[in-house]
Amino acid sequence: MLKLINVTKTFNVNTFNATKALKNVDLEVKNNDFITIIGGNGAGKSTLLNSIAGVFDLTCGDIILSDKNITDMPEYKRANFIGRVFQDPLMGTSPEMTIEENLSMALNKDTNLSLKWAVNKKKRGRIKEHLSEINLGLENRLDTKVKFLSGGQRQALTLLMATIIEPEILLLDEHTAALDPATAIKINELTQKIISNHKITTLMITHNMKDALNFGNRLLMMNHGKLIFDVQGQTKENMTINHLLEIFQKKHKQGFYNDRAILSLA
Amino acid sequence: MHLGFLVTSLEQGLIYGIMAIGVYITFRILDFADLTVDGSITLGAAVSAKMIITGYNPFLTLIVATFAGGIAGTITGFLNTKLNIAPLLSGILTMTSLYSINLRIMGRPNIPLISNETIFDLFNIPYNLSSYNELILILLVVLVVLITLILFLKTKLGFALRATGDNPVMVRSMAINTKSIKMIGLIIANSFVALSGSLIGQYQGFADISMGIGTIIAGLASVIIGEVIIGRDSFYFIIPGIIIGSVLYRGSISFALMSGFAASDLKLLTALIVILFLSTPRIKSYLGGKINVEAD
Repeated sequence: MLKLINVTKTFNVNTFNATKALKNVDLEVKNNDFITIIGGNGAGKSTLLNSIAGVFDLTCGDIILSDKNITDMPEYKRANFIGRVFQDPLMGTSPEMTIEENLSMALNKDTNLSLKWAVNKKKRGRIKEHLSEINLGLENRLDTKVKFLSGGQRQALTLLMATIIEPEILLLDEHTAALDPATAIKINELTQKIISNHKITTLMITHNMKDALNFGNRLLMMNHGKLIFDVQGQTKENMTINHLLEIFQKKHKQGFYNDRAILSLA
Repeated sequence: MHLGFLVTSLEQGLIYGIMAIGVYITFRILDFADLTVDGSITLGAAVSAKMIITGYNPFLTLIVATFAGGIAGTITGFLNTKLNIAPLLSGILTMTSLYSINLRIMGRPNIPLISNETIFDLFNIPYNLSSYNELILILLVVLVVLITLILFLKTKLGFALRATGDNPVMVRSMAINTKSIKMIGLIIANSFVALSGSLIGQYQGFADISMGIGTIIAGLASVIIGEVIIGRDSFYFIIPGIIIGSVLYRGSISFALMSGFAASDLKLLTALIVILFLSTPRIKSYLGGKINVEAD
């Protein structure tokens, strides 16, 4: 349902600093795919998700979602069917607004902006219901400004906001990387629960190979702006971290010896 | 000090308070340093004065002036969101253009309204309250502005406006076009500023091409005084707080005048007041012996 055809992105085109972040990437994502994406720093993982989200114009290539070419659609319009959670917990919420106000904006995502009240009784009920599902006790703190929440709480809130109106695609960009290990596990569990409950098609970047293997039904490996490995189903189930490292070394002589990759073996 | 002085400061403070609320919308809610204000306040006065001497109903001119301010905001918004000109420069460009436009509207640098009826002549309260005629009319307008804005900020569009200044990335991921929201914010803010200008012109009995100079600083001063007194936590309190800030600001200006400063010193005094309030956190932390830089 999501198709990337020959997607290429060069930053600083025609300058000395020109960087090819994505090189002729072709990718077909099926409905209900839960794809994990790994690769070293600068491999193009975030650029890939940003292209899908429409953060910038592509250098060339096309992006097709449900048979519709969305290549030239602005970012905010794509947000109608794409949910995102960023690495930085500060990115996904409005800190000066309350929990309720933030979530009401997410609930209003599929309605037109108007002079109707942003929150009403019915919406407050729905917000409370959704908040109690994530089990953080936030349903009793509706009037707390989001800036007073911890990184983990904010990330849980962002995840809820990204999925409260079910998106066609969910993009997770290392959304647990900035959290402490215990919180990261909680957010990962929550992610898993939301995705499987609602069967949301998901692309998740992670620098943790274990997570990449444990989560999802399909795994992509990227390097230097290219997809270098794509595995799914039972084959993926049977894979180990060592397999991944081997494949990487075979595909790429330079090796996977980048600090981040090594640190994240655990 | 006599009552007349207090009432005048109060009335002026209330009228300029509407302008300060416009400044609050752009500077604080939208995080957009909009300098259109210096031009749009004169625009409001110019439109009203010209219409009044042409024979239109003074109350009607309030509405037309407000719309004119909205158009000024649209132009700044267009420069910024469509032509990608930096916020500060967009405002300055509109402000500069407005100088010529205001002269065109007025046809001359100054329009006196002494011999014409203004809203303050048309509005009459019976009984023994009639000596507070002007004050009551001004209070009514200010109340309408306050209530409209507070209610607006509780709508879906109002939420989008608040969030756009706070975290535009999040707003876009909620499928909202932040450029349109900026535009709407600039329109509302400059409408308020022009409404304030229209009231000032009618209150002081003339419109003058140079009356807008330094308005932005006076507006900022009012916002900052309001925030220092009321705090920044909830807009339900800050918005009326800015009106109070504006009244205190006008009061201190009148006080300065009475203690012997020339009217021409006022801009400098205003700048000094703003500097004083803006530097308060730094001075406090310096005196407290700790380095606590909290820029915002």
